[in-house]
Amino acid sequence: MLTKRIIPCLDVIKRRVTKGVKFQNNIDLGDPVEMAVRYSDGGCDELVVYDITASAEGRPIDIEMVREVAAAIRIPFAVGGGISCLEDMSRVLLAGAEKVSVNSLAIKNPQIISEGSKAFGAQCVVLGMDPVAHPNDSRFPSGYEVTARGFRVRTGMDAVEWAKRAVDLGAGEIVVNSVDADGTRAGFELTITRLIAEAVNVPVVASGGGGTPEHIRDAFVIGGADAAIIAGMIHTGDYTLRQIKDALHADHVPVRMHW
Amino acid sequence: MIAIVDYKAGNLTSVQLACRALGCEAVVTSDPQQILAAERVIFPGVGAAGAAMQHLTSMNLVSVLREVANKGTPFLGICLGTQILLEFSEEDDGTPTLGLLPGRVPRFQPTDRRDKVPQIGWNQVHQVRKHPLLEGIEDDSEFYFVHSYYPAPSTPDLTIGTTDYADITFSCMLGRANIAATQFHPEKSGRIGLKLLNNFLHWTPSR
Repeated sequence: MLTKRIIPCLDVIKRRVTKGVKFQNNIDLGDPVEMAVRYSDGGCDELVVYDITASAEGRPIDIEMVREVAAAIRIPFAVGGGISCLEDMSRVLLAGAEKVSVNSLAIKNPQIISEGSKAFGAQCVVLGMDPVAHPNDSRFPSGYEVTARGFRVRTGMDAVEWAKRAVDLGAGEIVVNSVDADGTRAGFELTITRLIAEAVNVPVVASGGGGTPEHIRDAFVIGGADAAIIAGMIHTGDYTLRQIKDALHADHVPVRMHW
Repeated sequence: MIAIVDYKAGNLTSVQLACRALGCEAVVTSDPQQILAAERVIFPGVGAAGAAMQHLTSMNLVSVLREVANKGTPFLGICLGTQILLEFSEEDDGTPTLGLLPGRVPRFQPTDRRDKVPQIGWNQVHQVRKHPLLEGIEDDSEFYFVHSYYPAPSTPDLTIGTTDYADITFSCMLGRANIAATQFHPEKSGRIGLKLLNNFLHWTPSR
């Protein structure tokens, strides 16, 4: 049986993993390569590394860091942040990443999804999206609007419509990172996760708000997600990956138990 | 020398890095002479079958791969590389492939919408027969998969391991003589995947 994936997220600023709430008040957590190895050895199923200030600083992604992570771990990882063109995607993949995640770039230039998908295969192209709840607004039939540039910009696009369009263009996976839940550790935003999981036929990754193993279980069982991205709950040491997987396993969620 | 065949079908970095982690410096190459001279050949690949076959043809690698496979060089197919070893892929409106192993490559047709295509993630490999590449690996260990099409060999005795997904049980590891092939990615399957790769690097196939 295909297992549900647990994916720690490393938000990197200047070669240091940081954690903030809603992209603010960032604190230093450690070296990205060391943390990637620790989580990989600890039993995570995949990793995601975001160079979170690359876009804002108008510089390309830290490719040397991508190389070092690739050399250090033997599990798949995705890279995002600072991707501005097809050439950037190619560099990240050739450096050893499995997938590249595009978010603001895809909103600005949706064709990058089809170009990337054609050049490298759909499985390499992940659409990251940051939906915010917008109830009772007829412009957003799903009740959620897509935001861009670290939640700072509203796009006027309906979240479910955007997800469907991205898959039509060739995205191989969708990460749904709820603006409202991000950093709260109060649980994933299950409604939008489920709406998107039901609307597309590619894997959907829940992101933002995971604080306990029960939250992760709910993202899978109620939200219909195929994978979950977590950050604070393991970065702080509140949970180990072993504890999370033991709890999910006890709850009959299929997870990889031997590594 | 270990050759990793480069035929413009995706990213070969992780295969090379995994070999390096095992203390083996593999060469990424599309040079026919180098591939023919290699003591072992790894044939990976990610992407679409149609484009991959076009590249293999234009790079004059079709006969090279056939010769390597026939002369007994230990040969490991991975993912798209494995699919191309069979005779025919349904991908790209139907693509005739190398035919080094008998069988076809159909697409997943899930009846349950919750079974996504591609299959992405870790799934169990059920060992249906003993094979030197599985030495020291527990039955039902999980490996990492990323694929929309799957190998369907036409002779059941080719199958080494199976995996369940989207209502079917498919052949995720197959081979005969000096050819072994996995649909999953040993180079991305953690410690257990490295074990399989290491077994390949030390494998002496019986002829």
